[in-house]
Amino acid sequence: MAHNATEMMTIAAARALRNADICFVGIGMPSAACNLARLTHAPDITLIYESGTIATKPDVLPLSIGDGELCDTALTTVPVVEMFRYWLQGGRFTVGFLGGAQVDRFANLNTTVVGPYNKPKTRLPGGGGAPEISSACGEIFIIMRQAPRSFVDKLDFVTSFGHGEGGDHRARLGIKTKGPTKLVTDLAVYEPDPVTKEMSVTSIHPGVTREQIAANTGWPVRFAANVAATPAPTDQELSVLRELHARTARAHGDAA
Amino acid sequence: MSRFLTLAEAVESTIRDGDTVAMEGFTHLIPFAAGHEVIRQRRRHLTLIRMTPDLIYDQLIGMGCADKLVFSWVGNPGVGSLHRFRDAYENGWPAPITIEEHSHAAMANAYEAGAAGLPCAIFRGYLGVDLPKVNSNIRHVTCPFTGEQLAAVPAIRPDVAVIHALKADRAGNVLLEGIVGVQKEVVLAAKRSIVTVEEIVEEFGERSVNAVILPSWTVGAIACVPGGAHPSYAHGYYTRDNAYYKAWDAIARDRDGFLAWMKTNVLEQGPEAFAVHASHIAGKSTQPAHKIDAAE
Repeated sequence: MAHNATEMMTIAAARALRNADICFVGIGMPSAACNLARLTHAPDITLIYESGTIATKPDVLPLSIGDGELCDTALTTVPVVEMFRYWLQGGRFTVGFLGGAQVDRFANLNTTVVGPYNKPKTRLPGGGGAPEISSACGEIFIIMRQAPRSFVDKLDFVTSFGHGEGGDHRARLGIKTKGPTKLVTDLAVYEPDPVTKEMSVTSIHPGVTREQIAANTGWPVRFAANVAATPAPTDQELSVLRELHARTARAHGDAA
Repeated sequence: MSRFLTLAEAVESTIRDGDTVAMEGFTHLIPFAAGHEVIRQRRRHLTLIRMTPDLIYDQLIGMGCADKLVFSWVGNPGVGSLHRFRDAYENGWPAPITIEEHSHAAMANAYEAGAAGLPCAIFRGYLGVDLPKVNSNIRHVTCPFTGEQLAAVPAIRPDVAVIHALKADRAGNVLLEGIVGVQKEVVLAAKRSIVTVEEIVEEFGERSVNAVILPSWTVGAIACVPGGAHPSYAHGYYTRDNAYYKAWDAIARDRDGFLAWMKTNVLEQGPEAFAVHASHIAGKSTQPAHKIDAAE
């Protein structure tokens, strides 16, 4: 089956999740990747949304983090205060899955503002749960489309902390979790360099060139010593993802 | 003790110009009907607090009700921007609005501190990020036992909490289930409160022993507004109207289109317009045998 770049991105992101993960799910592309993982290779993965829905198994993708579908299919639903205090701050997540508007080479994320904070060019939604998800989950996966204006040399605002200025910056702030370990895009997969923590390309998606990646990265992009070729989506991965999106479109009242 | 009022009476007697008002409901049970009543009664200079301002505050801000917004995620979930908020914040239309921005963890903790009667909330948060540089209400304390630096934000103690719940009983107790968000905390944290409900029943009858109940003596005004959370939803009554959330993007993009929509759908309507959304799910086990009307 032929696939498009967004499908490749979602499938590559889903593959990063493991069956034993306890995952804090961001809305949008992270939610699609997490549910695809649950519907393919990770049937026992625990998906948790910030609305308090624990071990939820939605049949269709939620539009918001609190659609009734999430509560109806959850093992239990806890108050939002409890979600952030006992479950997130309590360190019970192995992984948090986030998206963003801007990312830099150390996987810090901006979802707050383009331009100056007090006189923004574009006011974005803000952090929501992300600032604390970034520090409290065992590790962070990020899924984002690549473009020069979203993969930037310098963020306008640090909404959530990745590897800061690189190296041991997280440890210096007393943060014990790993931070961003995977950045999955429509072109490639990035992972942090073991020492500098700069996000470096470790896998390139089928049909994508190094020049394309460099042209869509706003800093001089680094490639790891051994760069893998991302396996193309399997027919099973593609059909499960497409069925999920088709069910979702019907449920949200879109033209299918 | 709570009092049964019409929604118009509840807003009239509870919310004043200049009040700090928190209308909560985390995606679920957002009190839209009450928000529309505040718009109809033309309250002004409100400080609006809400974790996810959602369409309800886009409408209030676009109609000029607010001077300030306290929030942690300001968007149309899964759709995009809140255009009326952005127009107010970026262009001052219809009036300038200031912001106080937090993270979800901070606001949830701040509501809990408000309910607990504490002056501030303490939590592990805001590590390495820029928000503390632009919000002087984000500070730090040192744990006296371990020396760990922890974030602190002031407790949220609104003048008025507004929530939508599933039902009230004849004695004026309030019940909610499903995604319960921060609704219990915001009512307990506030000086006054308005609760709209899907229905008023003689007694709650069969229910989970752990259902969230706000006893009558913790609640201010109760108004029965079936469908009053639409386009948000009421667990077991009706589902989230995701198509409406998507349609709002086009309605709110344009000032004139927005004003025309508000005139037809809010200013020229009353709370009873929400009833069309309140179709019950047949055979729901917690439905009482005997329903009564608020006006009895």
